Amino acid sequence: MATQAPVSVTVAQTAPRRLVLDVLHDWVTTVDHKKIGLMYIGYALIFLVIAGFEALLMRIQLAIPNNHFVSPQIFNQLFTMHGTTMVFFVGMPILFGFGNYLIPLMIGARDMAFPRLNAFSFWISAFGGLLLYFSYFGASGLYGAGSAPDVGWWAYAPLTARVFSPGHSSDYWTLSILLGGVGTIGTSLNIVATAISMRCPGMTLNRMPLLVWLYTVMSCLVFVTISPLTAAQIMLMLDRYLGSHFFDTQAGGSAVLWMHFFWIFGHPEVYVLVLPAFAFANEIIPVFSRKAIFGYPAMVAASVGIGFISLSVWAHHMFTIGMTAGANTFFVLATMAISVPTGIKIFNWLATLWGGKIHFTASMMFAIGFLFQFLIAGLTGIMLSVAPFDWQLSGSYFVVAHFHYVLVGAILFMIFSAFYYWYPKMSGRMLSEKMGKWHFWLFLIGFHLTFDFMHIPGLEGMPRRIYTYEADRGWMMWNMIVSSGAIFQAIATLLFVYNMIWSYFKGPEAGPDPWDAWTLEWSTTSPPPVYNFAVTPTVESRRPLWDLKHPDDPDSHYE
Amino acid sequence: MSEAAVIPQSQNAAWVLPSRGIVGMACLIVAEAAIFIIFIVAYLYYLGKSVTGPTPHDVLEIPIFTSICLFSSSATVHAAVSALHQGKRATTSLWLAATVLLGGIFLAGTAHEWYQLIVHDHLTIQTNLFGTTFYSLVGLHATHVVVGLIMLSLALVFSLTGSLTPRHTGKLEVLSLYWHFVDAVWVVVFTVVYILGR
Repeated sequence: MATQAPVSVTVAQTAPRRLVLDVLHDWVTTVDHKKIGLMYIGYALIFLVIAGFEALLMRIQLAIPNNHFVSPQIFNQLFTMHGTTMVFFVGMPILFGFGNYLIPLMIGARDMAFPRLNAFSFWISAFGGLLLYFSYFGASGLYGAGSAPDVGWWAYAPLTARVFSPGHSSDYWTLSILLGGVGTIGTSLNIVATAISMRCPGMTLNRMPLLVWLYTVMSCLVFVTISPLTAAQIMLMLDRYLGSHFFDTQAGGSAVLWMHFFWIFGHPEVYVLVLPAFAFANEIIPVFSRKAIFGYPAMVAASVGIGFISLSVWAHHMFTIGMTAGANTFFVLATMAISVPTGIKIFNWLATLWGGKIHFTASMMFAIGFLFQFLIAGLTGIMLSVAPFDWQLSGSYFVVAHFHYVLVGAILFMIFSAFYYWYPKMSGRMLSEKMGKWHFWLFLIGFHLTFDFMHIPGLEGMPRRIYTYEADRGWMMWNMIVSSGAIFQAIATLLFVYNMIWSYFKGPEAGPDPWDAWTLEWSTTSPPPVYNFAVTPTVESRRPLWDLKHPDDPDSHYE
Repeated sequence: MSEAAVIPQSQNAAWVLPSRGIVGMACLIVAEAAIFIIFIVAYLYYLGKSVTGPTPHDVLEIPIFTSICLFSSSATVHAAVSALHQGKRATTSLWLAATVLLGGIFLAGTAHEWYQLIVHDHLTIQTNLFGTTFYSLVGLHATHVVVGLIMLSLALVFSLTGSLTPRHTGKLEVLSLYWHFVDAVWVVVFTVVYILGR
C-alpha cells in the first residue's frame, strides 16, 4: 500500500427533489444495508418512545401509595408491553440497525451477504412489532375479553393457557415474538455470513474491527438462544390453538419447563443486547482516547468466552423454584464465572483510556458513563448470583433495579454514545455537542435518581409488578424519588430526539471523517454512496485509516 | 460536495473467502438444530409422564423401510451435486428425481403412520403428553422434509428444462446441505422416538 499515494474522489450530492411516493417506494423496496439499517433504527426509536411512555405511566402510578391513576388491568398490560417492546422491538432492532449499517462499511464490502434476506428480516420484525400493538384493537376477539397482553414479558405458564388468558391477547404476544424471532435469526445469519465471506482483501479475522467481531459472536449466540424461544412459542401456540398439553399441568405438563425454555433464551438475550454495546465501546473509546484498543486478542477471546458461559447460567433466574443443591451450586458458580471475561473487558477499556489524550465529546461522555454503570450493574449481578441472597430478593424491585442498570445504564448509554459517534456518518451532519452534553447530564441525573434509589425499596421487600402499596410500608419516599428521576430521563430523551431532527437540517457539515478515526467507514463520504466504496479497499492492519494518514509509521509494523 | 479519502487497491489475487451460501446454510442449520433440541428435550422430559394412554410402546412401529429411504436420499442428492459439477445434466436430473422419490416415500410413510395412529389408535395431539410431543416433534421434522422436497422438486424442474448448469453447483450444494441436515435430524428423532423412547 505504501507504494500508492492516497487519492480522493468527489461525489456530487445534489439530487433533484423527488415525489413523496417515489421516496416511499424507494425505502419500502430497498435492499440496501444502509437504508435497512436506518429503518431498523427509526422503527426502534418509535418503539423506544412508546415503551418509554408506558414506563412513565407506571412510574406515575407508583409514585404515591394507594394511587389509582391507572386500573390494575391496565397496569398489568403496561409492564407486559413495556418489557416485551423494549427487549424485542427496541433493543434488538436498534442494535441490528447499527450492525446493518456499519458492518459492510467496516469490512469494506458493497452490502450484506444476502441483501434480500436482510429486507425480509427487517419487514417481518417490523410486522411483529405492529402485531404486538395491534393487540390493543384486535385482542378482544369473539370472546370480548382481554386487550393488550397482560401476562408479563416472561409469559409464565399457566397464565398463558386458554383458560387463564381468554381472547387473543396472548396469541398476539406469541405471534409477535415468533415473527420477531424469525427476523432476528435471519439478520444474524446475514451478519455471520457477511463477516466471514464479504471481507475486503487483506482483512483477515485478526484485523477485523472489534465491532464486527462482537456482532459475529452476538449473532452466533442468537442462533442458540432465539431458536429455543421460537420453539417455545410454537409449543405455546400448539397449546392454545390445537389443544396440546406442553404447559398444561392438568394433563401432566410442566410450567417449570416453560421457565427453563424461556430463560435458556432469556439470559443469553442479555448478552445478545450487551455485546453490541461492548462493540460500540470498542470503537468509540479508542478513538476518543487517541490510542489503539488495548488487548485486541483478549477482547475477542473474552467476547467468545462470554458467549459460551452465558449459555450455562439461565437457571439463576429460577433459584426460587426449588432446584437441587447441585443445580443451585452449578448455576451460582457459572454466573460468577461470567464476571471474569467481563472484568477483562473493563480492564482493557481502562487500559485504553490510561495515558490517552481523552476527548470529552458527548459520545465519549456516554461511553464513560457506560463503563462506570456497567461495573455497578455487574456488581449487583454478582450479589444476585448468590442463591441465598437471590431467595430473599428474587422478584423484588432490587432485581428490577439491577437489570435496568444493565439495560439503561450500560446498553442505552452506549446506544446514545453510538448515535453521537455515527450520526455524522449516517446523515452527513454533526449532532449539536451542546445539546448532547445537556442530554448527557440530564439523563445521567435522571438515571441515577431512578435506578440507584430503586434498589432500596427492593431491599425493603417491595415486589416487582405490584400495582400499588400501602402508605405504612416505608416505600413512599423512595418511589417518589424513582418517579421524579423518570421525568429527567424523559426530558433528556426528548432533547435527544430534538437534537437529531434539528441537526439533520441545521447541524454543521460532518465531512467524511469528523473524529479523525481509523476504521474503514470513515474513508467514504458521509453519508456513504449507495455503492459504499468506489474502489474495493485493501487493508494491512487493524487501523487502515491510521496507516493511510501516517504512511511513515503504519500499524502493520507492530501487529 | 464532499471529499473522501479512498484506500488504494493493491492486487491480492490469493484473497479467497468461504462461500456465503455455505456459511449462511451452516448458520441456519445451527439455529434449526437448536429448535429441534428443544422439541427433543420436551419429548424426553415428558416421556412416561402421560396421565392417560396410549403409550409409545402400545402404538409405535419402527418405520425401518421409510427411514432407509430417507437416509439413502442423502447419497442420491450428493450424487446429483457431483453429477452437476461434472456437467452431466441427464444424470443430475436422474439423481434429483431419485431424491424426490425417496423423500416422497418417507413422507407417505409418515402420513400412513399418522393415519393409523389417529384413526385406529385414537392418538391425537390432544390425547396426552405423548401425543403432544410426538406429533410436534415428528411433525416439525416432516415440515422440514416438505420444504426440502419443494426445493428439490424446483431444482428437478430447472434441471429438466435445462436451466440448471454447472455454475449452479454451489447453489445445489447449499440445498444438499439442508437435505443432509434433515436426514441427520431424522437419525436423532428415530433414535429418540422409536428406539430409546419405545
